[in-house]
Amino acid sequence: MEQSTIAPQDESALVAAFEARIAAGESIEPKDWMPERYRKQLVRMMSQHAHSEVVGMLPEGNWITRAPSLRRKMSLIAKVQDEAGHGLYIYCGTETLGVDRQELIEQLVDGRAKYSSIFNYPTLSWADMGVIGWLVDGAAIVNQTILAKTSYGPYARAMVRICKEENFHKRQGYEICATLARGTPAQREMLQDAVNRFWWPALMMFGPSDTDSPNSAELLKWRVKRKTNDELRQRFVNLTVPQAIAIGITLPDPDLAFNEATGNWEFGEIDWTEFFQVIGGEGPCNRERLAARREAHDEGAWVREAAAAHAAKQQRSGTQAA
Amino acid sequence: MSASDSTMRYEGDVSADGLVVTGKTQWPLWEVFTQAGKGAPHEHAGSVHATDAEHAMQNARDVYTRRGEAVSLWVVPASAIVASAPGDAGPFFDPGNDKAYRHPHFYKVPQGVRVF
Ligand SMILES: [Fe+2]
Ligand SMILES: [Fe+2]
Repeated sequence: MEQSTIAPQDESALVAAFEARIAAGESIEPKDWMPERYRKQLVRMMSQHAHSEVVGMLPEGNWITRAPSLRRKMSLIAKVQDEAGHGLYIYCGTETLGVDRQELIEQLVDGRAKYSSIFNYPTLSWADMGVIGWLVDGAAIVNQTILAKTSYGPYARAMVRICKEENFHKRQGYEICATLARGTPAQREMLQDAVNRFWWPALMMFGPSDTDSPNSAELLKWRVKRKTNDELRQRFVNLTVPQAIAIGITLPDPDLAFNEATGNWEFGEIDWTEFFQVIGGEGPCNRERLAARREAHDEGAWVREAAAAHAAKQQRSGTQAA
Repeated sequence: MSASDSTMRYEGDVSADGLVVTGKTQWPLWEVFTQAGKGAPHEHAGSVHATDAEHAMQNARDVYTRRGEAVSLWVVPASAIVASAPGDAGPFFDPGNDKAYRHPHFYKVPQGVRVF
C-alpha cells in the first residue's frame, strides 16, 4: 500500500488531514489515504460481520425442511438467502480494503475467524425461528442502522442495502412469536422457552461494555462506530420490552424495570463469562457450526471447479458468452 | 468502487489440457451497476466474483436484485475500470471548480424580474 513509503513526518500530517475529514463528516473511500490502523480495524470488523451473516444461515437453515406451513417455509428460505447476500455485500466491501475474499473464507472454515457469538447457540424448536427473527435480527437492525452512517463508504453503503432487507426478517420472526403466543398452552410454553434461551445471548450481541472493549475508543474517534455498545444495547432493550409485553411474553430478567426519569428499561447483570467462553470457541455449537460450514464449502468444490473449467474452455474456444 | 487494481486471475492447478480445475481459485471480480427504473441512470451497486460475463450476470441478479431493484444490469470486469486518483482530485478537477461564471447565480438580473 502507498503509505508504507511515506516518511513519519508526512504520516502525521496525513493522519491530521484524515481526521479532519472524518470530523467534517466526510466519508472515506477505498483509494483515499487512511491510517494502517483504520484499515486493519475495518478489515477485522467487516470480515467478522460478513462471517456472522454466513454462519447465521446455519441455525435457521436447520429448520427449513421442518417449517410448519408453506408460507413459513417460503419466508425462511427467503430470509436465509438474504443472509447469504448480506455476507456477500460485506465481503465485497472488505475487499475494497485490499484483502481477498478467498483468504477470508479460508480463515472462517479453518476456525481462525470470529463471528457473532449468538450463532453458537442451538435452535431446538420451531419457536426459535420466531425468536431469532424477532430478537437476533432485531438486535442486528439496531446495530446496522447506526453502522449505515459509518465513516467508511463501502461499509456504509452495504449497511443501507442490508437495513432495507432486515425489516422483513424481524417482522416475519415477530409474526411467528405473536402467532405462537396466541396458540395452545404447549405453543406458548415453547415460545417462552425460546425467549428464555435467547434473551441474554441477544443482549450479548452488542459486545462487552465499552469500559471493557479495547477497540471502542479508537473506533468511535474515527467514526467507524457512531454509538457505544452500551448505548446500542439500551436502545434495543427499550424497543423490545414493549414488544414482549404486547404478546404477553416474559423476559427472563427479574431486574428488568422502567426508569421514569431516564425513560430506559433497566436490565440486570450480563454474564460476560459466558460471552467470552462462546467467543473463545467453547459455546454449545461452535464446532458443529464450523463443521457444517466446512462441509458445505467442500461439497461445493465441484461446482466451483466446473464453473472455472467451463469459463476456461469458453475462453479457449473464443466463444465468450455475453 | 471496489478494488479496481485487483487482477483477473486463477490461482489453481492447470490440468493437462490447460484448463483450470481447482475449486480453490479466486474468480475474477466484476463491478455491478443496476438501473432502478426505465430512464434512470445505471448506478454502482457492488461487486461479485464470477468466472465469466454470463456467470457474473447471474450472480449479480441473485445478489443485487432479489426485490425488483433493477430493470437492467451491467457487469464490468473490475480490472477494466480506470478511476481518478483521490490524491490528485484537487488539481484534476480544478478546471471545473474556479469557473463561477458557469453557474446562473453569477449573473445579475433586474430586481423583480422572474428569470426561471
Ligand atoms: Fe443479515
Ligand atoms: Fe437478517
